[in-house]
Amino acid sequence: MSSDTPKSSSERRPDWAALVIAAVLAIVAGVIFVDVSRLTATTGYSPIGPASVPYWIGFGLIGLAIWTVFAAFRHDFPERERQEISPVLWVVGGLLAQMILIRLAGFSIATGLLFGLAARGFGARKLHISIPVGIAICLAIWWLFAGVLQLSLPAGPLENLLLQ
Amino acid sequence: MSTFEFLLQGLASAAEPMNLLYALIGVTLGTMVGVLPGIGPATTVALLLPVTYQLDATGSLIMFAGIYYGGMYGGSTTSILLNTPGESASIVTALEGNKMARAGRGGPALATAAIGSFVAGLIATLALAFIAPYIVKLALVFGPREYFALMVLAFVTVSSAFGNSTLRGLTSLFIGLALSLVGIDQLTGQNRLSFGVPDLLDGIEVTTMAVAMFAIGETLFIAAQGAQAPDKVEAIKGSVWMTASDWARSWKAWLRGTVIGFPIGAMPAGGAEIGTFLSYATEKKLSKHPEEFGNGAIEGVAGPEAANNASAAGTLVPLLTLGLPTSATAAIMLAGFQQYGLQPGPLLFATNPQLVWGLIASLLIANLMLLVLNLPLVGMWVKLLTIPKPWLYAGILVFATLGTIGANPSVFELGMLLLFGLIAYVMRVFDYPIAPVIVGLILGPLAEQQLRRALSISQGDFTVLFTSPIAAVLLLLAATALILPLVLRMRGRGDVLTQMAASED
Repeated sequence: MSSDTPKSSSERRPDWAALVIAAVLAIVAGVIFVDVSRLTATTGYSPIGPASVPYWIGFGLIGLAIWTVFAAFRHDFPERERQEISPVLWVVGGLLAQMILIRLAGFSIATGLLFGLAARGFGARKLHISIPVGIAICLAIWWLFAGVLQLSLPAGPLENLLLQ
Repeated sequence: MSTFEFLLQGLASAAEPMNLLYALIGVTLGTMVGVLPGIGPATTVALLLPVTYQLDATGSLIMFAGIYYGGMYGGSTTSILLNTPGESASIVTALEGNKMARAGRGGPALATAAIGSFVAGLIATLALAFIAPYIVKLALVFGPREYFALMVLAFVTVSSAFGNSTLRGLTSLFIGLALSLVGIDQLTGQNRLSFGVPDLLDGIEVTTMAVAMFAIGETLFIAAQGAQAPDKVEAIKGSVWMTASDWARSWKAWLRGTVIGFPIGAMPAGGAEIGTFLSYATEKKLSKHPEEFGNGAIEGVAGPEAANNASAAGTLVPLLTLGLPTSATAAIMLAGFQQYGLQPGPLLFATNPQLVWGLIASLLIANLMLLVLNLPLVGMWVKLLTIPKPWLYAGILVFATLGTIGANPSVFELGMLLLFGLIAYVMRVFDYPIAPVIVGLILGPLAEQQLRRALSISQGDFTVLFTSPIAAVLLLLAATALILPLVLRMRGRGDVLTQMAASED
């Protein structure tokens, strides 16, 4: 890991983000090794058991992690465009809200909230309009997909109202 | 029975009223979603797969065939009118098609794309029907080691042969392979990497993964670009119909595109892009009006669009006859088969011929429907492109989660969707390809199974993998496909490969 830069570049600082990726790959490999190590004891009659292929994939990941470290020092990764974080957070927030509410409030309310928050992330600022619009659209979708196409979308208070 | 009789029987089954209705719903939904910018056929298929869950296997696959072809038609409409190709295979179409639209010739561009897709789809689907039985015969001599070698070849071509970087392609593939380990081991029934979570025992859902990777990841990525100048939708001015000279210039390009596209799709080389680029280059070379290329040459739309559709039918050859998906779209289709416990491959032709031939026949029918549906209704699809960005992407997210909730309404599954969506976003930021993850996830367990079978037959002797001539040749090809691009890139000749990058389809 402490290898010198193979190419003498003017900028000697490594690409830290790429080093983080390398670390994540190595951690995934580690998780695989730890998890399948408990399998090896239980098989012994076949030359390759359920743990063999995971080990090879783990070694592959380690190899790729080392390669990524080299790439990080050589600045082989392409330039990254500037990312705006707040729209991403709005969308992620919408997905989280839906995930938390889907069981409690049913499909339309949870997904309508996702619609409103995601639209906010893309620049529609008026939540008091976009959330109700979202809920109305989702109720129509629920009626179409759960009613007509028999998809099992969780029902909440609004859907039950529609059923009566 | 002969191929022809099977095909007729398939047509009869596909022409039943209910099946026609499923095909119609499929092509309509497929076109609708495929038109949306940033959504290619792979995403379309992944988003809409759960819609087919409640149908029987035949109906579901027929609807699915419609979705697949519909998504491809929709993609070309977007690239002509918006210059943001909905799929990487439409990049070339955007090159000339958008120029034509700006010059007020959007109508003929759409028409030549639609008719070219129809012609190519028709010829290529027929070619699929006639070639498939021969490959099935060939596949019957394949043992585990040959299958394993074939899968290794597919892994390499999908992940590292094309694109920007061998390192990032292979990393994506290995992420997919690592995720494919999750769940119960098929040969011994032991849990691997499921950490005691019951939801993980069945492994990671391919559809959840595909929707997260393509739809959620892409939406997050677009969100992170912030407010940019809105893309301009070109209005369709003048007639939709092609003039006599348009026809004269198009028909040869359609046929050439088909001949180029089909074999490339049928080979385990991954992606329809390569065919479209080759077709574009061919048309440019053969054209009597080379000066028009870059300014809206109709051949530059006709040829690549035909090649695109012909390769899409081509990828069905290895998928149906060998059970080998060579593109992300095909990998998701394989998941569609597997939900009914069907494993495509030579056996399926023997055990369930009605289903296979019904599917092939419904591709022909879907193709015809799309032609009828697209030319007159194109104005309606264009309206979809004028939806303001916030509503459009919020709607895409609603659809993306709808599929996952419909398949399995659990908080855990939505959590996976979010987690993999974030991973896909980070991968996009760092320019990692997405398709290898999906192919690795779905082909990983199959490859492992074949490898372990081969090695238990040989009692652990690895040389057995190289002693079969077929397997040896396939592995040699795979090694070449891995090493040659590395050498090319090291010598600074990687631009050609970058252009052929299989990023989505």
